[in-house]
Amino acid sequence: MQWIALVAGWSVAAIFAAWVLVFANGTPAEPLVSQPGDFVKVLLNALTIAGLYFIVASGFTLIFGLMRVVNLAHGSFFLLGGYIALEFQKLMVGKSRNILGDDVGVFDWVIPLLLAAMIAGILGLIMQQVFLRWFQGQDMRETMITIAISVILADMMVSWFGGIGVDIQWPGLIDRAITVSGVRYSVSRLFMLGVAIVVGVALWAWLQKTRTGMVIRAGVDDTSMVQALGINVQLVFALAFFVGSALAGMGGVMGGSFAGLAAGVDGQWLLNSIIVVIVGGLGSLKGALAGSLLLGVVTAFAPSYLPAGFTNYSIIFTFVLLGAVLAWRPYGLFGTPE
Amino acid sequence: MSDATPILEVNDLASGYGAARVLFDIDFSMGVEAVAVLGRNGMGKTTLCNTIMGLVPAIGGSVKLGGTELTGKKTHQIAALGIGYVPQGRRLFPSLTVDEHLQMLVKGTKGHRWTKDAVYELFPRLTERRKVSGAALSGGEQQMLAIGRALMLNAPLIIMDEPSEGLAPAIVDQLIDTCHKLVREGHAILLVEQNITVATAVADRQLIMVSGRIEAEVDATDLMNDTDAQRRYLGVDSL
Repeated sequence: MQWIALVAGWSVAAIFAAWVLVFANGTPAEPLVSQPGDFVKVLLNALTIAGLYFIVASGFTLIFGLMRVVNLAHGSFFLLGGYIALEFQKLMVGKSRNILGDDVGVFDWVIPLLLAAMIAGILGLIMQQVFLRWFQGQDMRETMITIAISVILADMMVSWFGGIGVDIQWPGLIDRAITVSGVRYSVSRLFMLGVAIVVGVALWAWLQKTRTGMVIRAGVDDTSMVQALGINVQLVFALAFFVGSALAGMGGVMGGSFAGLAAGVDGQWLLNSIIVVIVGGLGSLKGALAGSLLLGVVTAFAPSYLPAGFTNYSIIFTFVLLGAVLAWRPYGLFGTPE
Repeated sequence: MSDATPILEVNDLASGYGAARVLFDIDFSMGVEAVAVLGRNGMGKTTLCNTIMGLVPAIGGSVKLGGTELTGKKTHQIAALGIGYVPQGRRLFPSLTVDEHLQMLVKGTKGHRWTKDAVYELFPRLTERRKVSGAALSGGEQQMLAIGRALMLNAPLIIMDEPSEGLAPAIVDQLIDTCHKLVREGHAILLVEQNITVATAVADRQLIMVSGRIEAEVDATDLMNDTDAQRRYLGVDSL
């Protein structure tokens, strides 16, 4: 059975490559041989959006994958983080509308980002301490509680911040495009990828190299044994919850700068995170990386390389990805059976 | 054998799971020595360990460690007060390497008897396996790591729950040596066993546990020579 999956996988990859390379006539991007510049752009789109997927989903994999807390309010912290950063940016710039790149210095973006991440982290921590701590391992209750919180927050955010889409302004320094050998590309998107790499390396080092990271991993294996070694595991789990929620808030600031904030974005990003974690495997940082890259490739390539007129169907390919991965590896690419 | 201020003092301890009571009127105290709790499967030996550690709440009675009351405290507080716990089945962490098992407990060991280096010195075999996952070790190596991990707490009392379970005879001999060494170093060891050879080799005092009670306390040599008592308490016909 293994070789059938391998043959099928490579065939799909070969067909995909051949299509993109030569046959994709009549698509928005045109085949690689005739429009190589467009291919590079789509590839960069894939990588940069994957970076944002990774930041948000790595927070989700910490909370849901590692600690097994079903946190369906993760998207709400994303959106709330974005709105909070926008309010701080308005305060710092001294304008409440029509903020332009020239108005925004680096700190007018970075400080709102840090504050928003911090506040999202604290709110996540409060949610965990007040509501979720008592129901460890009871998925159904966690699900109901976090859905309730996300519904309430979604309504509150409409009433606080309005129902019309708004943007956080990138700092002027990176809100422009560079041209490298004929390909123009947005600096802010490349910056997003850079931040994702930094976040990924920092998270990996935290989980793998620090004592706290070791305690988190040990606590996920056997909570009561860690306690029997004199360690207050609740404290460590609370810290992990803070970091996971802060990453959602941070993702919200970047997502709000790159694509805008609006009612409904919270659910979309919860869904993105769930897809990434399921594709990559629960609780694995490597899995979150692989899942983000695959989802990034699918969401960037499908609308550019489907025949014009069919690009509306590109969202379907997200579920093709999900179905294919689950058929091949039911626990995700880097997941292990319970 | 007990000192004036016992390291562990258990009085009228009772506990159980929900409505099912498992331990009744457990009474004993120990100083810096090895004491074995001996009994067949299902007699409440592991429940005794879990109750002392706070993993199962006590229903009544008291447990004192160096004079400090333990009942009602949280498990991590109890361990930090000075109990190194070597649980039944080792319970290593599959996600961690050998070295990480010790590294996660390194805080506060500096200047004490048991540091990471001291544990590696005690179990040189672990040094060779330090990069290996806890799940990939042999039974004997797993037991060494479980003991080494407990030592990192630098606790006066070590509780071992069925450490000889599933080990080859040569490895069991090493385990017995390790226990002797630890007692010489000044640790008290509460050893829970159903293997009478191991229990009597490690400890002079044998607390015989039957149906959740301590039925008798006997001397190791007396027990070894009294096949009648062995049959009565433990259901073993011969050694």
